[in-house]
Amino acid sequence: MNARDKILGRIRDAQNHARAGNQMDAIASHLEQHPRGPLPPPPDDLVACFSERALKLSSDVLKADHLAEVPQLLARYLNERQLPMRGVCWPSLAGLQWGAAGLEMQSRPARDDDPVGVTGAFCAIAETGTLMMLSGVETPATTSLLPETHVAVVNPGRIVATMEEAWDQMRKECEQPPRAVNFISGPSRTADIEQTVTLGAHGPYRVLLILAPL
Amino acid sequence: MKNTSVDFKNQVTIKLADAKLQDALSRLQSRFVEGRSAVISEIHDLQETRDAAAGIRDRVLNDLEHWLLQFEQQATARGAIVHWAESGEDVNRIVAGIAAQHGVKTASKSKSMVSEECGLNDALEQAGVKVMETDLGEYILQLAHEAPSHIVAPVVHKNKEEISDLFAEKHQLPRKTGIAELCREAREVLRPAFLNAEMGISGGNFLVAETGSVLIVTNEGNGRLVTTLPRVHVAITGIEKVVPTLEDVSTLLRLLPRSATGQSITNYVSVLTGNKAKEDHEGPEHFHIILLDNGRSKLIGGEMQEMLRCIRCGACMNHCPVYQNIGGHAYGWVYPGPMGSILTPLLGGIEKSPDLPNASTFCGACSAVCPVKIPLPDLLRKLRVKQLENGMKSRQETFMLRAWAWLSLHPAIYALATRATARLLRLLGGRDKLLHILPGASGWTDGRDLPAPAGQTFREMYQQGKRK
Repeated sequence: MNARDKILGRIRDAQNHARAGNQMDAIASHLEQHPRGPLPPPPDDLVACFSERALKLSSDVLKADHLAEVPQLLARYLNERQLPMRGVCWPSLAGLQWGAAGLEMQSRPARDDDPVGVTGAFCAIAETGTLMMLSGVETPATTSLLPETHVAVVNPGRIVATMEEAWDQMRKECEQPPRAVNFISGPSRTADIEQTVTLGAHGPYRVLLILAPL
Repeated sequence: MKNTSVDFKNQVTIKLADAKLQDALSRLQSRFVEGRSAVISEIHDLQETRDAAAGIRDRVLNDLEHWLLQFEQQATARGAIVHWAESGEDVNRIVAGIAAQHGVKTASKSKSMVSEECGLNDALEQAGVKVMETDLGEYILQLAHEAPSHIVAPVVHKNKEEISDLFAEKHQLPRKTGIAELCREAREVLRPAFLNAEMGISGGNFLVAETGSVLIVTNEGNGRLVTTLPRVHVAITGIEKVVPTLEDVSTLLRLLPRSATGQSITNYVSVLTGNKAKEDHEGPEHFHIILLDNGRSKLIGGEMQEMLRCIRCGACMNHCPVYQNIGGHAYGWVYPGPMGSILTPLLGGIEKSPDLPNASTFCGACSAVCPVKIPLPDLLRKLRVKQLENGMKSRQETFMLRAWAWLSLHPAIYALATRATARLLRLLGGRDKLLHILPGASGWTDGRDLPAPAGQTFREMYQQGKRK
């Protein structure tokens, strides 16, 4: 008997379910209904709540009136911090006027030495100030991971209240979950040395969220 | 990892006298206890959420076989390969086999307590695979050849100066003293390991049955790197970690980071499903999931099953007066604190950890903060009963417990005996009403005086109050 059969056999013997059929029905119905647990009360203003929570988690937040303003806002942000003016972006953002703002942006997945990575987001979650990213050909996960500065262009219309709403959105728009769903809440950090929080561990040192209507 | 919990009492003496450790442990209080308390109240209805979380865990545990099958089916449908392991040695053999199959010589690893159960790193080194721990805490421990002393903050027992010395020696770079500089140095040293590793090894905080996904929560980003860059990803976790749906996992995620590190959410929550599609630019081509039993299935259906609800937040140890004073190494295996005092005897054999079920004051702080409402003191008590029934207590302790039981069942004699004792102790207390020496209680009186009783028992005083 292999390990699988032994382990499952021990569990089966201990639980002694006489009617396996009913058990499977109960599982199927829970999966089908996927009921939600207790939820926080919905915020009055999703965008304000999202921004406030994101700032608390050490993300930077800027607002743009149009998507076209994003390159200028980013150029100013990088300039103020004396950061390199080059990087990579998701293909969906390749059409922005990066060059006119003095930025050198390439549309490809990130490599180790790209200083800036610009992404969109599948949606954002107000409860915790979190981005939800779905990996894919057009939405590589490395862009939000390898560069020291991660910039996410967030459509305020895609901010939802909770993670539960985000899952429903994913179920509506995707046949199945992508290889990786990454929830991102601020710059990478560690508190392993003397429990002192330090920003910039193995991921980005800073996360800039630009709220821009699409 | 070798179980040395039989040496608990000796270790306690050593740890209590270790000034550096005591200083390090004092940070737990401010960072973790106060950190949790600051954010746990953000949860709109905490008690209702804890009840829901316990319910989610029980739903799975009460029908673990079918939930595991559901998970396996979904994971396999998305291209992952699910392996089953009876023991830590099985895990080591399976991982070494996967490495050989894919010609892997180097692996990057994010923190996994289950892999500590197996002693995986040593086994892989022997199989010719170089493993690099990439969680900062685990990396420090790998350099220092030490075991973790906390399940969330593995290197809580070391101070900054020790880490500065260690980095200077091992990295052969000028000695850094600031925490941010040390973190930067580790990042730069580890970057090539991430980029060059052929295999990534991670744990799994949850397994989602609905989608066949492995979910990991991390802060440093190393968990994302080891599951994105290498061409092979191996996730190792316990069979009890299954959660039914994405909604159920969302409920648990409101509690886990808040209870663990005082964060509303960890920096990263990654839900990993299947392997890289042909057209994808990134992601592992091969995704292996190893489900470890190692004694867990024996707890199903028994009086200790509630222990399997555990989601490894570490709140019980952060709040435990015993852990706060001795740290994690004294417990002698992977899991310290109250949850470890239960898991170590249950998974490793109660006869190998005679002191752990007794390493508790039963103050109840652990169960009060447990996000999944595990009745930890009750489970410890059940282990003590088991020890007594199996004759594992010393003759003296057994006699005392029997005598106490007999006395409790004879109220008249009990009243007489306690009255006599209270009066005798008052006499012995003398004018300063303190006992400096008490036969049979030198453990107490060696270090401090025992206040003498007032001379009357509670029952006497109660009777008098009633008469008035």
